[in-house]
Amino acid sequence: MTTTKEEVLPRLIDIIQPFNKKDIELTAATSFANDLELDSLTVMDLVAEIEDEYDIILPVNMLPDLETIGDVASAVAEIKSK
Amino acid sequence: MADLFDKFQPLIDQYEALRGSGLRDPFHLQMDEIKSPTRAVVNGREIILVGTYNYMGMTFDPDVIAAGKKALEEFGSGTTGSRVLNGTYQGHAECEAALREFYAMDHAMVFSTGYQANLGLMSVMAGRGEYIVLDADSHASIYDGCAMGNADIVRFRHNSVSDLEKRLNRLPAEAGKLVVLEGVYSMVGDIAPLKEMVAVAKAAGAMIVVDEAHAMGFFGENGRGVFEAAGVEDDVDFVVGTFSKSVGTVGGFVVSNHPKFDILRLVTRPYVYTASLPPAVVACAATSIRKLMSAHHKRAHLWQASRKMHADLRGAGFELGTAEAESAIIAVKMPDQQTSAAMWTALIEEGVYVNMVPPQATPGFNLLRCSLCAEHSNEDVAEIVARFVRAGQAVGLPVSA
Repeated sequence: MTTTKEEVLPRLIDIIQPFNKKDIELTAATSFANDLELDSLTVMDLVAEIEDEYDIILPVNMLPDLETIGDVASAVAEIKSK
Repeated sequence: MADLFDKFQPLIDQYEALRGSGLRDPFHLQMDEIKSPTRAVVNGREIILVGTYNYMGMTFDPDVIAAGKKALEEFGSGTTGSRVLNGTYQGHAECEAALREFYAMDHAMVFSTGYQANLGLMSVMAGRGEYIVLDADSHASIYDGCAMGNADIVRFRHNSVSDLEKRLNRLPAEAGKLVVLEGVYSMVGDIAPLKEMVAVAKAAGAMIVVDEAHAMGFFGENGRGVFEAAGVEDDVDFVVGTFSKSVGTVGGFVVSNHPKFDILRLVTRPYVYTASLPPAVVACAATSIRKLMSAHHKRAHLWQASRKMHADLRGAGFELGTAEAESAIIAVKMPDQQTSAAMWTALIEEGVYVNMVPPQATPGFNLLRCSLCAEHSNEDVAEIVARFVRAGQAVGLPVSA
């Protein structure tokens, strides 16, 4: 079964919303570091939430490549499609 | 032209603000004299050391000092070489023999620091397509070892058995897995539920490392660590440790029963590409390790002192990192960084040294971390608590004797 980035995105944004302390608009282009300004502990919590929602593993070593919400949506879709 | 230091400016500003506030700089304290494992002289005044990880007080043990002096005279000041070239002396072999005996294990490998032991083991034991599964609160040396290797790194929530199990179950059944645990977590001094975690890791077919840096010497019947106290010795594949805490010098090690363990001496870069420990250091370590095997009275006193200090600080109104004393680390929570720095300074004025842990190391917490030593007397503990209360009152904390 293949999953696409577009299918993942709306639900992913719902999961990220509680971490959106600055209440900015969340899109595929939103950057975790620059726009959401998440600290390392918060990132850990968010990653765990995403992993549990999709029943996947997002390895820590993959995280530096995931700059935006769209990057995460693509990664989740790719892992789910494997 | 870009100044490469610009990226440090926010930290420089924060640090300058701390120094400009009239408080002492907690990160550049100089000890001018060391009188004993529990006493130092700073600015001409004697202070009680309550933040050294010198749990068993071995740094001034007469037998340890004598062994070090003898090795210094007979073998010189340094080896000037790697363990795999000219840097393995009789003393390094003797030190590894002491470790094998202490842990009742077949193999022991001594590294130049505890940091390098973790760096080496994590970077080499799991490779591409394999997994390292670690506690989110793991020590920096574990994280750095993971970053140096090629395995996929999976974190679970601190000390959560169910979270570890859930993540292990998501990994491919056939893939190699290394689960990394610590006996005592050094930030607040809590211990891992090793019995349950080891069972879950074994069920998933993983190999298991336990870092016992903050437990060696006083957990378990033989002082081996939390894994001994938890009764899981037969199921742990590697134990990592350090000489810079209970052993009282510097160095690190890994012990194991795995029959192929010795190949690690050839493939572990933080072991191969650095100079081995000086002869005096391994002689001190070997002597200290052998004495720790039978240090039952010291162990009992350290536990009693830790429980007493925990109970008395809590009774005085301090908020602590753990509900009970789980180890010899007692972490005192401060409401904010300013109070933490003020309290640390007030303690130094009172003549007590503790570690100030900034929130960068423990996100969400400002901690003043105490670690007790078997050489702290009951009178010392009472004096430390009294000074804590006076310092706390001086900075406006709601505490009382």
